[in-house]
Amino acid sequence: MRTPRDLDAIIVGAGHNGLVAGCYLARSGLKVLVLERQPYIGGAAVSRQLYENFTYSNCSYVCSLLRPEIIRTLELPKYGLQVIPYEGGVTMMQGGGHLANYDNHDALRREIARHSTRDAEAYDRYARDVMRQCKFIKPLLMREPPDPTSFKPRDIQELLYLGRRFHGLGEERMYDTLRFWTMSAADFLDEYFESEIVKAHFAGSSIIGTALGPRSPGTAYVLLHHYMGDIDDTVGAWGFARGGMGSITKALGASFEASGGTIRSAAPVAKILVRNGRASGVALAGGEEIHAPLVISNLDVRRTFLETMDSKDLPDEFLRQVKNFKIRGSSGKLNIALDGMPRFPAIPEGSPSIRGDMHVTDTIEMMEHAYDDWKDGRWSRAPYIDMLIPSQIDPTMVPDGKHYMSVFVQYCPYELADGPWDAAKRRAFGDTVIDTIAQHSPNFKELILHAEIRTPWDIENEVGLTEGNIFQGELTMDQLLFNRPVPGYAQYRAPVRGVYMCGSSTHPGGGVMGAPGANAARAVLRDLGRAN
Amino acid sequence: MTESLAPHFKQPLLKTPFHERARALSQIDSFVPWAGYTTVDVFSTMEQEYFSIRNATTLYDLTPMVKYRVSGPEAMPYLNRLVTRDVAKLRPDRVAYCVWCNDAGHLIDDGTIFRMGESDYRICTAERQIDWLLDSAIGFDVQIVEVTEQIAALAVQGPTSCAVLKTMGLWGVEKLKPFEIGYFMLGAHPLTVSRTGFTGDLGYELWMEPGAALGLWDALMEAGRSRGIRAIGSQALNVARIEAGFLLPNVDFVSAEHTIRTGRDRSPLELGLGWLVDFNKGHFTGRRALLQEKTQGPRRQLVGLDIAGNKPAHNALLYTDDSGKREIGSVTSAIWSPTCKRNIALAIVDAPHFQIGSTVWAEIYLNRELVWERRMSRAQVVERPFFAPERRRATPPAEF
Repeated sequence: MRTPRDLDAIIVGAGHNGLVAGCYLARSGLKVLVLERQPYIGGAAVSRQLYENFTYSNCSYVCSLLRPEIIRTLELPKYGLQVIPYEGGVTMMQGGGHLANYDNHDALRREIARHSTRDAEAYDRYARDVMRQCKFIKPLLMREPPDPTSFKPRDIQELLYLGRRFHGLGEERMYDTLRFWTMSAADFLDEYFESEIVKAHFAGSSIIGTALGPRSPGTAYVLLHHYMGDIDDTVGAWGFARGGMGSITKALGASFEASGGTIRSAAPVAKILVRNGRASGVALAGGEEIHAPLVISNLDVRRTFLETMDSKDLPDEFLRQVKNFKIRGSSGKLNIALDGMPRFPAIPEGSPSIRGDMHVTDTIEMMEHAYDDWKDGRWSRAPYIDMLIPSQIDPTMVPDGKHYMSVFVQYCPYELADGPWDAAKRRAFGDTVIDTIAQHSPNFKELILHAEIRTPWDIENEVGLTEGNIFQGELTMDQLLFNRPVPGYAQYRAPVRGVYMCGSSTHPGGGVMGAPGANAARAVLRDLGRAN
Repeated sequence: MTESLAPHFKQPLLKTPFHERARALSQIDSFVPWAGYTTVDVFSTMEQEYFSIRNATTLYDLTPMVKYRVSGPEAMPYLNRLVTRDVAKLRPDRVAYCVWCNDAGHLIDDGTIFRMGESDYRICTAERQIDWLLDSAIGFDVQIVEVTEQIAALAVQGPTSCAVLKTMGLWGVEKLKPFEIGYFMLGAHPLTVSRTGFTGDLGYELWMEPGAALGLWDALMEAGRSRGIRAIGSQALNVARIEAGFLLPNVDFVSAEHTIRTGRDRSPLELGLGWLVDFNKGHFTGRRALLQEKTQGPRRQLVGLDIAGNKPAHNALLYTDDSGKREIGSVTSAIWSPTCKRNIALAIVDAPHFQIGSTVWAEIYLNRELVWERRMSRAQVVERPFFAPERRRATPPAEF
């Protein structure tokens, strides 16, 4: 691949946010180069064939948060992106029995009523309150967070917007918002539900990707973060990208190249170069230097500033804050090729819930115990798993009759108490997960053709996410909005002129959303006087 | 047994105890979901079904209405705290139309309260809300149980309905006054009859155990054969209820338990239901907020509109004048009234335009063979109900 000359901007990392930023910049006429360390693009949104004729979404695995305005503006459908919503979802109980999720309101009410009539009706209040908060937050996703300490007209204007929206919620909901953003998922769910299984079912999304337990303050927001997405205006709906999550970044890559951008893969950036206090380009691991006045990093903030920049180029206090940025590894992943469809006796024949996300943690207590293991530096002996079989819906991923299972595992530490990860420990971690599933599926083990086991350490090494944290940093109130990634630097601009951040470490955070990339591109263009 | 055989994830909607008969009479397979049941929208033609309400006798399956039994020593004080009306005044064997609100004075729901015994009440309402009812019961010695599936319900409405019930053998039914409850036997089955309804016409609602449902249906059809009895669906009933000025949840208002956006909650005062709010009965949920609203005057109100022309003003926006510049509300329910021969609607209108006699303008879109036309029609704020025949109240009722 030839590296173009007279570049306007270099983007470090071909994850979805890097590519989104690249697309917007290229469409505004900038000459942009995206550099990727791996021989393939995508970052954590990839489709990979690690076993013959099986395609794995081997990192991120479901899609909901990708903003529709990005899909539309960047013409991703034209480049092959198709997101298919799935219905269902189920939590299997320890002694048999289950709680399923159904799209049909009456089916869902009757399902929850099997466990608690009251909860079945409280669900409407729960859904209403979650929806109210999503309605408040959603418009903030695609905006640069205002700096509350600044007197710049733009910041004041944005603060006023935020204030007006907040005030527009009405008295009662303003209280709720503050409570929602700070309380624990367990406390939050207690305000609605009485049944343990119902609470456990909804609590799952409050811990996915975080190094917090369901009883930790701040997890109610994480739950909300997972509801913020929508598919075709159905808020909270999740779907599969046809062909795996890689088809998102594949479409972004194609859209980027169609706008004149260049991608160079297998080109790891070793250093962001700074000359006379401003960005001048990057140096690749092999020594090659590529120059451009703008460098936009899709890497998480820790990796960007502590590993890819010279600390002498950065202010001390900023560096200290970056060092303190919470980005802990807490999740692992198994990708499994199956010879056929596993049976789950707890799920009734014909229930569509099996086509959604499946869980086996039936109490908050159990979830919290899983977290206790993580705190002690070992993987959960009874992990929370988010398990899906996308090949039931997506015909492109496996040979006919076979199945692909994606198993997200919470919790798994980046560093073990008894020393570094090795092959035997990785296998033992995988066995824990497989045994957990096999407790609910008698024929599961015999169907396994291949399993890829990924610890946080593996995810860091392959994808580059510090500690393998899927959100590029915890989604807690102290690291959200104008405090994300660190106070004073929430507007995508680094302390060095010409250096920008566009990864999920920035507002509005992780999930395959694309909003940080789009917002960062807007900040770059505004600085260039090309505001769109 | 109302439970259908297929699991709920294959067949989410239940069948009412009358389903077998409804299915047999349905000519056009027009069924709609209602509160978890599948119910008939139209049997044959909406017009014929509607005119049966105003001319003869109609059967309407209202089993899906959500029913709660409220009993226990403190049932009355509990209900008096829950609803805005004074339930202490409700005598045994009487029914009262009520609304209940949250602390902010916003409507949770409306419904009827039946006093079935000294300390035994039944709430009959549109939406499931055990969550709210139980939260409101904290500190009261009261039991609240949903009994929807245990009670089949059939509305028998129309000018000949009393005659049909008498023919069927309900001796003395003619003595029931409006909102009164009577107890009868039909063969071996007990039958509760209340002189209530949603049509604004003479009519009764019959309550029985599900096992008695089909027998009752057949007996009614037999007794009403010579008086033009007919089963009706929800569409025909909707026309009658708009003429009678009755509100429909999720059409004319959204329960405060379900609103997502601010400003979508409605108070009883805004819905023109101020007459249901008794500030002199002591504390009730929402009292303080409603008192404040009463002092300040409501910001908007649900009113009846009489609109020029003959095209129903479905979903029409309302303006101060025909320039359509200043928006002051919108229509929630609209029909051409076949009885009154008037183009009528229920609408939410901002202050001060909701006074009786005010003129507003409705923006109506007409589909004329796929060509859309926009028309600004003059509309007048008028008294509700639009149609209230004397026969609805006469006791004993006339034979037709």
